[in-house]
Amino acid sequence: MNTYLLPLTGGVLLGLAAIWLLFSLGRVAGISGIAWGALSGPDRGWRWLFLLGLLCGGAVTHNLVGHPIPTESNAPLWLIACSGLLVGVGTRMGGGCTSGHGVCGLGRQSPRSLLATIIFMGLGILTVFVMQNVMGRLL
Amino acid sequence: MKSWPALISGILFGLGLTLSGMSDPAKVLGFLNVTGAWVPDLIFVMGGAVVVTLVLTPLVLKRTAPLLASTFSLPTKQIVDRRLVGGAVLFGIGWGLSGYCPGPGLVSLLYGYQTTLVFCLAMFAGMFLESRISR
Repeated sequence: MNTYLLPLTGGVLLGLAAIWLLFSLGRVAGISGIAWGALSGPDRGWRWLFLLGLLCGGAVTHNLVGHPIPTESNAPLWLIACSGLLVGVGTRMGGGCTSGHGVCGLGRQSPRSLLATIIFMGLGILTVFVMQNVMGRLL
Repeated sequence: MKSWPALISGILFGLGLTLSGMSDPAKVLGFLNVTGAWVPDLIFVMGGAVVVTLVLTPLVLKRTAPLLASTFSLPTKQIVDRRLVGGAVLFGIGWGLSGYCPGPGLVSLLYGYQTTLVFCLAMFAGMFLESRISR
């Protein structure tokens, strides 16, 4: 099978998920916003259902479709904790993540989302470069 | 407001994240590793998703209201401010450190890995921290 078929199929499903949520409930499928709103916001019900669905979808992939489970990251826990903390602070401050800005915002042709996407992709690339070439952490 | 459609959206999203390879941090880091052994897969994930939303979002927004809610709840902010830029910078660094962004982090809780649990707990701590700072 063509190696790009699964990523492409997965991407189309992500797009359809976002479009369905917009079409049915008028909401943006931004995961950082949904996750935070599930804990803090008004209208928690649909957010919890979305998160439940997220886990169900993953379970279908690995248990019914039989797609292999990815191996665990070999990064030390302190690095993972730093990563999570930065992702948490950054996504709330910047108003979105890969899904909210990247998938939904770009689809809405939002200039803010385009800028945010360019910045976080750029910083992600730079961070991996620094980790690998300066800190000597091999991928 | 009815909320069952969110379950369907979540299922599609979970399928998409796991089938595409987004829930594999090694693949995501490989994609961000443009100067090394680059893994191009995620171009197709982002590309596939954005083509769908670019084509269909304008059609959906032509409607006066969503199917099962009274109004579209869309971001209203238009200006680029320090919070947008600073937040995207911090998020990008965090993403590059582990290969996890929020969706893949959450769906990977299924795998029962210690690293995923630590990532998600730290992420919620970060969100909580930000909500305190920015008040």
